[in-house]
Amino acid sequence: MEQLLQFFILIPFVGYVVSLFIDRKQEKMISGIAITTMAIHFVALLVFVGYWLIHNSPVLNIKHLTFYKEDNIEIFINFYFDKLTAVFALVGGGITFLVAVFSRFYLHRDSGFKRFFNTLLLFYFAYTLVIFSGNFETLFVGWEFLGITSFLLIVFYRDRYLPVKNGLKTISLYRVGDICLILSLWMSHHLWHENITFYKLNDAQLVLSHIEEHNYFAIFIIVMFVIAATIKSAQFPFSSWLPRAMEGPTTSSAIFYGSLSVHLGVFLLLRTYPYWETMLSMKVLVVAIGLITAITASLIARVQSSVKTQIAYGSMAQIGIMFIEVAMGWHVLALVHFAGNAFLRTYQLLVSPSVLGYLIHDQFFSYMPKQFGTGNSFIRKVSNSFYLWSIKEWNMDVVQFRYLWMPIKWFGRKLSFINTKVMFALLTVIYFGGLLCFIFEDKITKSIDNNLHLLFGFIGMLLVIKAFAVRKSALVAWTLIIASQFYVILAIAFLNDKYEYVEILIYISGLLVSAIVGFICLFKLKKAEKNLDLNDFYGHIYEHPGIGFLFLLSCLGFVGLPFTPSFIGIDLMFSHIHKDEYLLIIFSSVSFLFIEIAALRVYSRLFLGPHKKAYHPIAYRSS
Amino acid sequence: MVETFINKKVSSSESVAFDESHILHELKHYLPSQTPLKDFIHHNSLHAFQGMKFYDAIFKASKIFGFQATMELNDFRKLFEVGRIRPEILERIISERKGKEQLVTWKENVLSKKYDENIIPRVGQLRGNWKNSYQIDLDNMVQPLLFRVLCSYLDQGIAIWDFPVGGKSFLDSIKELEQNSFTSLFKTARAKKLLFQPNLSMTDLLKILIGNEAYFEQYLFDQQFSHRGWSGMVAAVEEKPDTLLSPKQISLNDLIVFELLMEIDNLDYVLGEKWKPLSELINVAPTDLFSEVSNSELHEVFKIWQDAFEWSYYDEVLAGVKQLSLSKQKNVDVKVSEQKSFQAMFCIDERECSLRRHIEHIDTSCETFGTPGFFTVEFYFQAHNAKFYDKLCPAPVTPKYLIKEYDVSDKRKHDLFYTNKTHQSFTGFISAFTLGFWAAIRLVQNLFKPKMAPAISNAFAHMNSKGKLTVENEDVSQQENNLQIGFTVDEMATRVASLLNGIALTKNFAPIVYVVAHGSSSANNPHHGAHDCGACSGRPGSVNARVFATMANNTKVRSVLKEQGIDIPNETQFIGGLHDTAADEIEFYDLDILNELNAKKHKEHANAFEHALDLNAKERSRRFASINTKNSLKKVRQAIKERSVSLFEPRPELGHGTNTLCIVGKRDLTKGLFLDRRAFLNSYDYKTDPEGKFLTGIMKPLGPVCGGINLEYYFSRVDNNKLGAGTKLPHNVMGLFGVANSSDGDLRPGLPWQMIEVHDPVRLLIIVEHFPDVVLKTIQSTPEMYEWFINEWVHLAAVNPETSELYYFSKGAFIPYQPLADKIHFFKDVHALLEGAKEMETNHIAHATQENLPIYFYN
Repeated sequence: MEQLLQFFILIPFVGYVVSLFIDRKQEKMISGIAITTMAIHFVALLVFVGYWLIHNSPVLNIKHLTFYKEDNIEIFINFYFDKLTAVFALVGGGITFLVAVFSRFYLHRDSGFKRFFNTLLLFYFAYTLVIFSGNFETLFVGWEFLGITSFLLIVFYRDRYLPVKNGLKTISLYRVGDICLILSLWMSHHLWHENITFYKLNDAQLVLSHIEEHNYFAIFIIVMFVIAATIKSAQFPFSSWLPRAMEGPTTSSAIFYGSLSVHLGVFLLLRTYPYWETMLSMKVLVVAIGLITAITASLIARVQSSVKTQIAYGSMAQIGIMFIEVAMGWHVLALVHFAGNAFLRTYQLLVSPSVLGYLIHDQFFSYMPKQFGTGNSFIRKVSNSFYLWSIKEWNMDVVQFRYLWMPIKWFGRKLSFINTKVMFALLTVIYFGGLLCFIFEDKITKSIDNNLHLLFGFIGMLLVIKAFAVRKSALVAWTLIIASQFYVILAIAFLNDKYEYVEILIYISGLLVSAIVGFICLFKLKKAEKNLDLNDFYGHIYEHPGIGFLFLLSCLGFVGLPFTPSFIGIDLMFSHIHKDEYLLIIFSSVSFLFIEIAALRVYSRLFLGPHKKAYHPIAYRSS
Repeated sequence: MVETFINKKVSSSESVAFDESHILHELKHYLPSQTPLKDFIHHNSLHAFQGMKFYDAIFKASKIFGFQATMELNDFRKLFEVGRIRPEILERIISERKGKEQLVTWKENVLSKKYDENIIPRVGQLRGNWKNSYQIDLDNMVQPLLFRVLCSYLDQGIAIWDFPVGGKSFLDSIKELEQNSFTSLFKTARAKKLLFQPNLSMTDLLKILIGNEAYFEQYLFDQQFSHRGWSGMVAAVEEKPDTLLSPKQISLNDLIVFELLMEIDNLDYVLGEKWKPLSELINVAPTDLFSEVSNSELHEVFKIWQDAFEWSYYDEVLAGVKQLSLSKQKNVDVKVSEQKSFQAMFCIDERECSLRRHIEHIDTSCETFGTPGFFTVEFYFQAHNAKFYDKLCPAPVTPKYLIKEYDVSDKRKHDLFYTNKTHQSFTGFISAFTLGFWAAIRLVQNLFKPKMAPAISNAFAHMNSKGKLTVENEDVSQQENNLQIGFTVDEMATRVASLLNGIALTKNFAPIVYVVAHGSSSANNPHHGAHDCGACSGRPGSVNARVFATMANNTKVRSVLKEQGIDIPNETQFIGGLHDTAADEIEFYDLDILNELNAKKHKEHANAFEHALDLNAKERSRRFASINTKNSLKKVRQAIKERSVSLFEPRPELGHGTNTLCIVGKRDLTKGLFLDRRAFLNSYDYKTDPEGKFLTGIMKPLGPVCGGINLEYYFSRVDNNKLGAGTKLPHNVMGLFGVANSSDGDLRPGLPWQMIEVHDPVRLLIIVEHFPDVVLKTIQSTPEMYEWFINEWVHLAAVNPETSELYYFSKGAFIPYQPLADKIHFFKDVHALLEGAKEMETNHIAHATQENLPIYFYN
């Protein structure tokens, strides 16, 4: 039975690949493939679950496909199936199938018809990967793809300003969650000395002894999970991205932000529950997050005057309650709650345009003039304040911008005091110096050797932060991104004597390909458009869709999209950082956090947004 | 082309006196005037420029506001390549505009010369200096909160928690809220203090922000046009407060003051209070928004192309009209005074054009008429138990009458999925476990077996067919809110006579005269009002049809009419009805009044109508990719019906898409000419009106109504991103009055992409069957009417009814027109024609237009 699990991941993947090859005008074919894929998947799932139930629903676990193997590091794909997987798979499969059927008509003749179904299939592949995953690596692969597909669907209407702005906002926050996952992965590698599977986490005795042994590290791991879940499910204080992500076609909003994607935080908590089952502090944390969200989100939902944002906040409040249910151990309740909420919000979003006609008609017959309070009693003052706070979304968006992104941007701009040419010359010199030191490592003194990795790690981080803030030129930004990667590699190479050339090669091979392809794209674009600054969004995809697509791929390859060599490299590298290397882990995770944001920022500014050449209809910026 | 800046140093001495009421008036003039979506009234998107000639106006507006005024050059060239623009027409237009000797040069310009088509708008340049000087993106900082506060204040019933202050103006409400809370919408102290400054005016704030008075007006234009959707809505609601059910005291002035405060607040927040006013940051004055726009060669090229595109079609139509009319003159021996089986009046709406063709084909002895769909009865309608009135007449008319519905026993149905209680924690929790699973079932049901539901706008639900209406007023003192309930006999007779005279139905009445209004059912469609009857203020016309029929059946009315020479025989009965243009269904009202004989006849006619609807559905289905036109009639009809109740269908029908023509004349003028649902048809007989007395009444609304529809489609088509609403798919309903993209977006007035993709952006051609001098006299009778024609916002042609000669109105006079098209094809079998019609490959204009069929003759 275990052997069957892989097919549930394979089916959407095959569907996705096939759908890539269909001509974009073949609407019936494209949607047909998507719907057929979903239908096959769903029916197969029903049969499988039936069979599985008859056999007393055993927990299934199977190991597949080892990417890389070394003494104590093994990176492999692992699948798993239990009650939790079954519920998420059935609900997800059902909803995706229905939404695909809906979209077939809804998106008719949209210029992005093919893009939509491609992305939907990729999303579904990512979703199944997450819910069928048997270890954190596998889950992470799905998680990453999910983030990318989210971004692609938010910026679906890529020729307008707001979708691009909000897409970047969302993916930036998602990236924070991804880094949290990477960090927890890193820590667990060191704690378990193996790539722990979810199956093993069910061994309460093992987990308990483990937690007792490494209490703080375990807490670190779980806090990271919780943050990742909190971001994905738009819980407090990371809520404000959700209403802003409703930029794509209603159907994609429904499936992502109404139902499946936002509930994955709940899934992650349920999946990791055995890990923190015994830790009261973590339970308190999760309950607190859920409770605060349930309260703030319902308050914000109450004041929303647009229908989609109201549904978003309404759904968010329910997910907050699910967090509580999970922490309290009421898992069956949480699962039923998930299913009901997912169906309800999907439907409500799909029919959200009807609200205008229905409610106006309803008011025609049942309107009652509103009664407003007067005077300035204390209670009224409190109530008004709550109203205003809710209108301002409890400042979550402002705070996030001001305290998370602004300082980094400010810092990055401060780094621009050096002339670009001087800087690159300096960087090259330092790098070769470092490389020499590395080759003759045994000849330099121990104390220098021990600190060099920190220096290089730090430089790597600075470079990527600068890349994040650069406005002058895309080429500079891209070079900085690449340079930072090489510095990070060097840093880790220094740190670890066991770090072998093979690993570096795997990583560099991935980096180089992406870096070169990226450069080619940028040079081509520069030749055509002259100006490559990043002061604004330029929307060059209108004239250069091919270059745009290639550049996106190179960005994704660069930042370690799963299955690329860079991905394995990143994973390996993190495994090589010791658990007591706090500084280096901070430097590298900040680097990896901003590298994707910086790369996608370059992509978005050059290729997305309102086209700079106004010889064809372009939407106003505010629309 | 970069605008040449007037290079002068700004000095405060040359200030022009700033007048608040003047700028407010100007802004309101130029802002989009679309009211809340529940009342969708089509209008010229560039109404503010209507005082200018069409081309001057569109190019000027384009330069100021940055949108596309015509299709792109490349699109025109592609249309030429695919043969949609005819070479002989292009040459004729060039010769007319540029002279024969210039033909070669201009042909080359038009066909292959490269031009810089970039449009750099003037609006926004002055205000852009904030970003240039301080790297501050004020739009990003101000707009999200501004829109949210505005939407919350105006909200009609989405929010669970209403704006806490009511019954006060927007600014006063903000003040009260600021006074009575522990937090603030402002981030800094100065702005908040300013808010409470007594007699605060926008001038005070502009002095702080801008400094030099000379720039105040331009700055406000820049500011308000950075979110023209919201500003337009505010201006429209200020103008017509009753377009909101829940009244709001909003004004453009309040919006501007609040926005200026927010701008000061954000500048203070980022820069401290030390920043300089805008006028001190610039040393070159930006171009005045409304200064002359020079005519460029590119503009000339666009004019030639647009004319050529329009005349490529018009020419064919005019040729068809002339040939048909000549051939009919030859065969005058056809009996004229034949007894009609029934007569039916329809709205002039171009969507009824095909239904009329089919019903005439099925019952060759019937006769159809076209007249604006409110059937000359103007009133407010109060549905049973409704708390509001619906205006059921053209938008500019203010009725003095009220028709009330009574004796309704049906209960209104509700849909729990729309209750906002599902968004609160506890009720939401319960809903997830109950409604949640029901939602899954509902979704499956609607995907695979769509059917009518309470949340779908149902044209037939506008009025209850079993209810009764207060049509006749017996005592003028019966009043409600200053409206007279019902019409007196004289008032009824005047209206019935006016309609019958207009369409020249004053004798030879058939036993049954149908009065068929129209409406449209659609699901999940905030723009559903745009599909209903334009002559009924964007609502179904069922009540009007029924009221008119009741009036015309009234014996007292008939005796008054008889005195005026309109003798309606006793056995003639009028029956109201409603045609659902999306579902292709028809409903008749008050059938129980029919006498025995007529009841029997009606059964036959109803069958004929059903059959005609089958064919109509088939004709419409050729444009819907999801329906196979070759399927059996029954299947196609069912598919069309399901379409109107499908949640997933963004095109329940195509509305007025493709509208191009308006024919004013006898049905005979175009009966036999296949116009592909592109023509408004207004019945009129020159013989009964030699002086053009009735013609004035008919022509007057054609500009604002048909011209308005046509131009709204034109502009939404040529720049769907700026003048249209963009694609529907991401729309988010704001406050129940508009749609926007995303949570922080500007409102999107205009038509969504899905409504206009089949439309060819050409101006309306009105063809009147009368002598040119009478037509000329008619259009010149009022300046407002004349403006439409002399400024070329619509084209006008006249057909001399005696000679069938054609005349075209140009520069104030009618000149003879000789069509270039000589061969009009003939089709025998409409099924073959429809089944063989091309379906667009993509919705690019060069493909989309190929769906439009040429002119044909038919029998």
